[in-house]
Amino acid sequence: MKDAFIELKGLTKNFDSQQVLKGIDLTIYRNEFLTLLGPSGCGKTTTLRMIAGFEEPSGGEILFDGVDISKVPAYKREVNTVFQKYALFPFLNVFDNVAFGLKIKKMDKTVIEHKCMRMIELMGLKGFEKRDVSSLSGGQQQRVAIARALVNEPKVLLLDEPLGALDAKLRKEMQTELKRIQKEVGITFIFVTHDQEEALSMSDTVVVMNEGIIQQVGSPEDIYNEPENRFVASFIGDSNIIEAVMKKDLLVSFDGFDFDCVDKGFKDNENVEVVIRPEDIDLVKPEEAKLKGTVKTITFKGVHHEIIVETGNRDYLIHTTDYFEPGLEVGIRFGPDDIHVMYRMDWE
Amino acid sequence: MKHFTRLVRPYIVWMVLIVVLPLLLIVLYSFTTGGNELVNIRFTLDNFKKIGEPIYFDVFKKSMLLGIVSVLICLVFGYTLAYMITKYSEKAQNFLILLVTIPMWINTLLRTYAWISILSDNGLLNRLLVLLGLEPATMMYTDAAVMLGLVSDMLPFMVIPIHTSIRKIDKSLIEASHDLGAGNFQTFWQVIFKMSIPGVINGVMMTFLLSISTFVIPKLLGGGQYMLIGNLIETQFISVGNWNFGSAISILLTLLIVIGISLMKKFDREEKEENG
Repeated sequence: MKDAFIELKGLTKNFDSQQVLKGIDLTIYRNEFLTLLGPSGCGKTTTLRMIAGFEEPSGGEILFDGVDISKVPAYKREVNTVFQKYALFPFLNVFDNVAFGLKIKKMDKTVIEHKCMRMIELMGLKGFEKRDVSSLSGGQQQRVAIARALVNEPKVLLLDEPLGALDAKLRKEMQTELKRIQKEVGITFIFVTHDQEEALSMSDTVVVMNEGIIQQVGSPEDIYNEPENRFVASFIGDSNIIEAVMKKDLLVSFDGFDFDCVDKGFKDNENVEVVIRPEDIDLVKPEEAKLKGTVKTITFKGVHHEIIVETGNRDYLIHTTDYFEPGLEVGIRFGPDDIHVMYRMDWE
Repeated sequence: MKHFTRLVRPYIVWMVLIVVLPLLLIVLYSFTTGGNELVNIRFTLDNFKKIGEPIYFDVFKKSMLLGIVSVLICLVFGYTLAYMITKYSEKAQNFLILLVTIPMWINTLLRTYAWISILSDNGLLNRLLVLLGLEPATMMYTDAAVMLGLVSDMLPFMVIPIHTSIRKIDKSLIEASHDLGAGNFQTFWQVIFKMSIPGVINGVMMTFLLSISTFVIPKLLGGGQYMLIGNLIETQFISVGNWNFGSAISILLTLLIVIGISLMKKFDREEKEENG
């Protein structure tokens, strides 16, 4: 697993006078499922397109097994792409779409037939070979696009928001499916999305990007539980982000109270930010907690209720399965390991 | 809505008067003898039989051949030009297409006269040849001159539909082709050309129509002896005065064009059905 495969070094990209990538350093390992996650315009798609060879970097290097490929044209790279809107060839049927790459490589007819049929089967498209691609549903077209890319046996598969056009149920199915396919073919997947849930449920590694800069690289658990800054915390899931002061190791102060925590390594009295996930907060009787407030709104969300509790300093967002009447006086309680301390960002 | 459909009525009357009625008259003339006097007309098929005579049949053959060759030349140049134009920025493309269409604003007759002043024995081109120390050449009244005039006249009708169809191609299809290992040459033949076929069909259809019914260009650049279907019809009506025979040729030409268009349309539709 810890076998460095693709390395991006100081990668930058300017469009006209605007710099959309401001120096990306990233190591991608063999056989990992890596996701580039961020809001639109954060540079995630540009990064992917540079790995594919559709854009040339303005600066920096892209290393494949230690060799710089940033000047190699797309058609000579050992990567294949699944495009956002599939980009299937409308004048070819399913089989010929899948066979496109192998035919270009002038492979033997029987080999092409064999490989394509195996891939069509793997994608659950058996029986659709002769169909027009436009007669297929979104999910089926998606599978054809994946088959068309994978049949070339690339070392890396690039996926540019491939699930964006599918409905919610199909998205879920394809997420599981993609993970299964990645395990089965055993190659590196680089996946681009703006959907944090998608990123968390599929990836081995998540790269959170914003404004052309990598904000955090880590496993989905790290990204969710230990966000490095306010941007990551607010982009990944709901959270309460509170400005605080780190009194000393293991003691943080906000909203007029000192709280025990598990973080250390900050300077004494350093200005920090604290993130508390809404599901980590318990609502108790007022006398059982330091922080007190009144229930402002309660919204039913299916599995849980989303409650906003108003305190003198701020509103807290809480997820709980219990019901609390609006106007009720409550105490807000959380434990030391529910508090996560982050460096405060200069901007915003 | 009923209110507005009434507004169409004068237009319908107008159409009947200036399009349908003359057409019906041409049909009538083509099946009759007796010239312009509608009083003593006699129905006959002789006019159509006459087209089968070698001299007239040769004119048809020559016209067809010239039409096909000029369309093919036009296709090669028009496609190249249209494809090159798509390589520029959106703004530059609009400007270049405007340049291509500008000649269409000028009357064919004037444009053809312009060619005469370029191609004639002491025209621009020959003077340039003499200046360069070369032998002057006779260019007027040759097949090449007619071809040049035809192709330059038809080129915009070929370039515009092809350019539109290439411009419409989703860029990600071209990227997908590169992604799957196809270089520029293979991507052109495997993706861009195939996606532009509807434009090619439209262009071929329009230019073939133009080339087969032309009479100004062959008359001016090919000289009086240069006979194409268009010229044949013109002489029958204007010089010979045999309106009945002229009408028969016109009807046959119209039929040929209708058959041509419907064949193309059918091909186009099958193409579309194949693609969905």
